Amino acid sequence: MENDTIAAISTPVGEGGIAVIRVSGPEAVEVVDRVYKGKRSLTEVDTHTVHYGHILHPETKEVLDEVLVTVMRAPRTFTREDVVEVSCHGGVMPVQKVLKALLTAGARLAEPGEFTKRAFLNGRIDLSQAEAVIDLIRSKTDRAARVAMDQARGRLSRLIRKLRNDILETLAHLAVNVDYPEYDAEELTGKELLSRSRKIEKELLRLLETGRQGKILREGIATVIVGRPNVGKSSLLNALVQENKAIVTDIPGTTRDVIEEYVNVRGIPLRLVDTAGIRETEDVVERIGVERSRRALEQADLVLLLLNYGEPLTEDDRRLLEIVRPHTAIIVVNKTDLEQRIDLEEVRRRIGDAPLVLLSLKEERGLDRLEEAIDKLFLSGKVEGTDATYVSNVRHVHLLEQALGNVRDAIRGIEEGIPLDMVEIDLKNAWQHLGEIIGEAVAEDLIDQIFSQFCLGK
Amino acid sequence: MGYLAGEYDVIVIGAGHAGCEAALAAARMGCRTLLLTLSLDTIAYMPCNPSIGGPAKGHVVREIDALGGEMGRNIDKTHIQMRMLNTGKGPAVYALRAQADKVKYQQMMKRTLEAEPNLDLHQAMVEKLIVEGGVCQGVITQTGAEYRSRVVVLTTGTYLRGKIFIGDLSYESGPNNQQPSINLSYNLMDLGFEMVRFKTGTPPRVNKLTIDTDKMEIQPGDEEPRAFSYETTEYITDQLPCWLTYTNEKTHEAIRRNLHRAPMYSGVIEGRGPRYCPSIEDKIVRFADKARHQIFLEPEGRDTLEMYVQGLSTSLPEDVQREILRTIEGMEKVEMMRTGYAIEYDAIIPTQLWPSLETKLVENLFTAGQINGTSGYEEAAGQGIMAGINAARKVQGKDPVILDRSQAYIGVMIDDLVTKGTEEPYRLLTSRAEYRLLLRHDNADLRLTELGYEIGLIPEDRYRRFVAKKEAIEREIARLRETRVKPTPEIQRILREAGSSELTNAIELAQLMKRPELGYREISQIAPPPEPVPPEVAEQVEIQLKYEGYIRKSLQQVEKMRKMEDKRIPAWVDYDKIQGISSESREKLKKVRPLSIGQASRISGVNPSDISILMVHIEQGGKSFAKA
Repeated sequence: MENDTIAAISTPVGEGGIAVIRVSGPEAVEVVDRVYKGKRSLTEVDTHTVHYGHILHPETKEVLDEVLVTVMRAPRTFTREDVVEVSCHGGVMPVQKVLKALLTAGARLAEPGEFTKRAFLNGRIDLSQAEAVIDLIRSKTDRAARVAMDQARGRLSRLIRKLRNDILETLAHLAVNVDYPEYDAEELTGKELLSRSRKIEKELLRLLETGRQGKILREGIATVIVGRPNVGKSSLLNALVQENKAIVTDIPGTTRDVIEEYVNVRGIPLRLVDTAGIRETEDVVERIGVERSRRALEQADLVLLLLNYGEPLTEDDRRLLEIVRPHTAIIVVNKTDLEQRIDLEEVRRRIGDAPLVLLSLKEERGLDRLEEAIDKLFLSGKVEGTDATYVSNVRHVHLLEQALGNVRDAIRGIEEGIPLDMVEIDLKNAWQHLGEIIGEAVAEDLIDQIFSQFCLGK
Repeated sequence: MGYLAGEYDVIVIGAGHAGCEAALAAARMGCRTLLLTLSLDTIAYMPCNPSIGGPAKGHVVREIDALGGEMGRNIDKTHIQMRMLNTGKGPAVYALRAQADKVKYQQMMKRTLEAEPNLDLHQAMVEKLIVEGGVCQGVITQTGAEYRSRVVVLTTGTYLRGKIFIGDLSYESGPNNQQPSINLSYNLMDLGFEMVRFKTGTPPRVNKLTIDTDKMEIQPGDEEPRAFSYETTEYITDQLPCWLTYTNEKTHEAIRRNLHRAPMYSGVIEGRGPRYCPSIEDKIVRFADKARHQIFLEPEGRDTLEMYVQGLSTSLPEDVQREILRTIEGMEKVEMMRTGYAIEYDAIIPTQLWPSLETKLVENLFTAGQINGTSGYEEAAGQGIMAGINAARKVQGKDPVILDRSQAYIGVMIDDLVTKGTEEPYRLLTSRAEYRLLLRHDNADLRLTELGYEIGLIPEDRYRRFVAKKEAIEREIARLRETRVKPTPEIQRILREAGSSELTNAIELAQLMKRPELGYREISQIAPPPEPVPPEVAEQVEIQLKYEGYIRKSLQQVEKMRKMEDKRIPAWVDYDKIQGISSESREKLKKVRPLSIGQASRISGVNPSDISILMVHIEQGGKSFAKA
């Protein structure tokens, strides 16, 4: 595992500027060369030189991005392995596409902190820095765990869980046929298994298709809008979405089930969380604000708390201010078109050093001040996108593709008349790859399933 | 007063399926060995079902045989029927199962033990281990005999603080009313072992003359001769059938009506039972919508009319057992000869063992079989032979032999036990093995006989036969890879007759073999080998070529796993001094003390980033962190 070639985006997430993808390992040069088109093959160039060219899609050969490639051969590199750095034009989607092309060409997605770890293991970093490496691995992983948690609540993980469960039931059925050949469970036939596998293949393709359109892949600063009913949450949402290009609007097939929307505010990607909740509660009966907000806040990098300029602070407002306090937040006082009845002094007392922005969404005044506040928080480093989210998206696509490959192997096997218990090996791999997406891959699950699904014994 | 009764290299306590293999292995490897048993009349006793083998379990029997163990040979001589199961599936899951003549099986094993040079067999109740300075030095029996030894192997089965339950009746007992072993269990607790209480059960037995087999489905043995041992050449042809019948609504009604009298439901039993072996009352409760359950009637031997009622394991009161038996079709007038019961016993939590099966707590003490939390004769025997081998190697100052997960089901089982522990009596299943395709029934010898020979359990002549077979396989595979055939009329005819499509171009024989409808028989018709190929060689050639792609995929996975296995965790690693790992991982690692990074990564609850940190720590010789 230490000898393969790894790749990852090594610049922070964000629009604009240049993004660098770093590739390290014994095959670094070859891997990049497979998808690179320039004057000369990278395998022929001198070490520590920079080359202009294009990255092509590995299959369609379409140009993905115009790049500068730096080739650095071992040992005078960061990791003391061969390293290639690809500088892309930035922009969320192109960088992701280039990274994906490199993964298809043979690199493995680096784990959090893995470049540093390699540098360390290869003696590039001295002992005094060792603990920092540990911290790095630790903190990145914690963050990755948090991301995994976020997604565990999400729709993608529900879909994958469902798919895994379908596979698991099939695996358990096959296992029972093998381990209890005399038990009176029906023998799963090749025909049946084929139709189940085709169904799974279709589901995976659908997931991958939506992924390719960038509709499930998500990244950016998780942003939550909270506030009392009728304070203007959905107006703010709409304003942000209209003002800025929305990258993602919905998830296909379930147009009403809008969960997240993406906007770029001055090049900063915001992931607006639980927009469905906002729209629903604004549309229909408004029962709450507080409870939903509490849940939404758990996964927020940034909170926008809305207050009404035209009304005095209510108890709900005060509770929201209290809940928001530990978070990175911007207090947005809306409806400056109305007569002031809010006590701004009290608001200031309650919010500590959180920025306060006054605006009128109705009259479209002051939105730029909100954007400025967001920009400032971002530049000051107070808001930080969970960059692991970015990586895990590509990781998801990669794993989904591996699972698809497994299922296709299984289908081919069944069609060729391979015994089903061998085909099962491919299905199990698919199940495991899907499990890695949501962080579950325990073999004991299967054993549990066998005994809960079937009645066996002496 | 005690007296010194003898001195040995290895003492094995308990002559069940684990103990017999352990004692024979140690003795055959040249150790002066003593085997102690509570009763000489219950050697290799089968207190539950009269059968050996089946999926995964049969594979283990083959592995024991390939290593030079006894179980396969013994059952080959004493069965009443054999069947190959799963023949409609792939070769990886073919599974041989024998119905045993229980008494003959015991007698044959006893005879083998008695005749073994280097092995003494005594009847005695061991009360206490002699442990000095954390090292086991021997045992003391109830009668005061003190036996000294270099190594002790504990294979006590379900006898430790055994307790039988039948309805509201319960009493201290080993299986089938054998004497339980009470003091030894307390002795182990005193030594500091963590124990767990497990439960298992057995169905009633009935008289064959009182059942009407006309109303049941016959289950005969295979006509084709079968054997577990690679060495068996004489086959038993006279086989006895088993019979299949079903429970019905009347049965279920009687059980439901009496459920409150079952100890499992009245809460008397504290031990944890296996899910794969539920009692009939469990089945009725948990699978209430299933209209009927299978009941197999299996003869207990040739010289008895007693039949085992498979599927009806129960601890309901005796009167209820009678009642429910008589609701079953063909058993309306049945005479129950023995009452079914549940039994509780102590086992040690197996994460307290090294993969060699030596305990971490007491040096030179090994444990194997049901005491390690497993269930099943085959699982016991598989651990027994490994404990015996490693006990002997310990005496001889050699490193332990540890089978890995790609080598044998035995390796899968022991790794599971010592790495993950078990929450219920552990049973092997094919689905526990990641590399099932490599761990086939047919290739146990190719996997293990070389090792058996190196260890000293496979005699020279057997090894020579094995090498000849192996070379014949390689030769024939090479020939099929090198030989190309052209579409001649003769070949096209053979293909047509086999239901295969005709050739358009010349093709390698090895390629042709990959067609599902063709086997070695057809291929050898197309291009006969220079000299006749024995059937066991033909079988290997066919499997290895036909499933080459799948086998290669598995081998690649094994290679990845091996890399992790090869990263050893040195003894100086102190988990308390590694900064940054989660406290759950730290506790687990401290407890299991894995030998390799691979093993560490299989501990449940130890996450990958902790493994990374551990690797960095080891790489740096612990220096940067040891300061704290």
